[in-house]
Amino acid sequence: MMFPERHSRNNIEPSSDFYLPAFFIAVLFAINLSPVPFMAVRAAEIPLAQRQSGFELMQAETQAMQRNDLSNPAMLWVREGEKLWDEKPGENGQSCVACHGVVTGMAGVAASYPTLDTASGRPIDLTGRIQQCRTDRQRASAWPRESRALLAMASLIGLQSRGMPIMPAPDPISKAGAARGKALFNQRVGQLNLSCAQCHDDNWGRKLGSATIPQGHPTGYPIYRLEWQGVGSLQRRLRNCLAGVRAEAFPFGADALIDLELFLMERAAGMTVETPAVRP
Amino acid sequence: MRRIAPLRRMLSAFAGLMMTSIGLGAAGALAQDLPVVPYRIESGGISAPLGGRQGDAGRGRKLVTDRRKGLCLLCHSGPFPEERFQGDLAPSLAGIASRLTAEKIRLRIVDSTAINPASLMPPYHRIEGLVEVGAAWRGKPILTAGEIEDVVAFLGTLRD
Ligand code: HEC
Ligand code: HEC
Ligand code: HEC
Repeated sequence: MMFPERHSRNNIEPSSDFYLPAFFIAVLFAINLSPVPFMAVRAAEIPLAQRQSGFELMQAETQAMQRNDLSNPAMLWVREGEKLWDEKPGENGQSCVACHGVVTGMAGVAASYPTLDTASGRPIDLTGRIQQCRTDRQRASAWPRESRALLAMASLIGLQSRGMPIMPAPDPISKAGAARGKALFNQRVGQLNLSCAQCHDDNWGRKLGSATIPQGHPTGYPIYRLEWQGVGSLQRRLRNCLAGVRAEAFPFGADALIDLELFLMERAAGMTVETPAVRP
Repeated sequence: MRRIAPLRRMLSAFAGLMMTSIGLGAAGALAQDLPVVPYRIESGGISAPLGGRQGDAGRGRKLVTDRRKGLCLLCHSGPFPEERFQGDLAPSLAGIASRLTAEKIRLRIVDSTAINPASLMPPYHRIEGLVEVGAAWRGKPILTAGEIEDVVAFLGTLRD
């Protein structure tokens, strides 16, 4: 692992490496025989015509796993989410279904989160919104970040937007968050002194050790990641990348992570939601 | 550890004295105790070995192929047939010593951004000017002066 050190403030490790264990034997050597143009950092945005999901860069077997709901392990989480949708966990006996009706009514919601939370006047992400309903409207205990239940519910709600285009929140407060996220995306951070853009704008499609660098789009979250052997959120993925460059991995729910999420949604505007995706 | 420290310090102070007396004061006394040793960039390279150390090519090879420590093969490829999954973000290290002098190689590793501010290559022996460094890494360079010299010694063996 490139980044084995655990310095998380939460118990979910941000330890991901950009270097997979050697189970993809198919690729023996990634030695590039043709001269690669080693350009200076352009941090140029990816032209629309070239934008692609991380799905496109995956091995055929991993793609097949995602394509078929029967082989996509994340569907187990979705099934759990369906049960939770009908449960009445709080004193007031309220279930999600009681207020929201059938879950298909959530179509399109995940495609435009994070968005403005009018009550607080700040951007809120989908898990934050679910949490709000759970604590304020169901009077039940909050689900911890990255808990199975919260990921199950987020996967279920995300699935309702599958196939729909990403529509970033248009309000000025979310847009300001996206602008901060963009600045962070372009900022070199960590002991390795790398920005998100240097990998995801300038070097996508190339090999970082065994991993192919994707463009870094948020289209599939929550995802089932083979390396995690479980479902995880976009924030967990971002913390992995931050830890990868040996930067301070912001805690789950931190404003900086929501800003990054807002920017990633803006950067992926019009791309298709794939939730729940599978990733290496 | 504690017991040998004063001796080490005496020795390094002595080395520092020697250097000053021959006019290489830049490295300074106790340079080995600093996380980052001082160095001087001249004509696109660093001619003096960091902290006056002699590198060991064997240790250097281990560092270069170590994906937690040297990290080189995340981006570079090289003549390491036993290493699967080498990166393609950077030129191959094969034959590097036929292309670059030890001085130039040293600066590349110490701080590639001194040559090209937009370089993708991490600055291995710089702690200034870095942002949001994780607590576990703060104030520490990626490689120590001794480790840099080991890597320089090893790359010096890679000729076409
Ligand atoms: C007592 C009624 C009530 C219950 C129970 C409830 N919600 Fe809500 N929920 C609301 C209301 C009202 C809103 C609109 C809040 C707003 O727009 O500020 C909302 C908004 C949402 C949204 C955002 C929808 C959007 O269009 O942005 C999501 C997602 C959501 N709820 C999920 C859930 C989940 C999951 C549960 C069960 C764990 C749940 N809610 C339980 C009343 C409820
Ligand atoms: C050193 C290169 C590098 C840097 C810097 C980096 N990443 Fe990544 N990122 C990767 C790699 C490699 C993967 C895929 C890992 C894998 O497949 O195992 C990835 C995956 C992702 C994904 C998941 C994409 C998908 O298809 O699911 C997102 C989103 C992402 N990164 C965002 C970011 C953000 C935001 C930053 C800056 C905070 C960042 N990355 C910094 C290399 C990098
Ligand atoms: C994050 C990617 C990355 C890592 C890790 C990395 N390098 Fe580099 N390196 C580069 C890039 C990119 C270049 C090309 C010049 C530039 O962009 O600055 C380069 C250039 C070089 C050069 C000059 C090559 C030439 O042909 O001119 C040497 C020597 C070198 N690196 C050695 C190393 C060593 C030794 C390590 C490990 C201790 C290492 N690099 C780690 C990205 C990296």
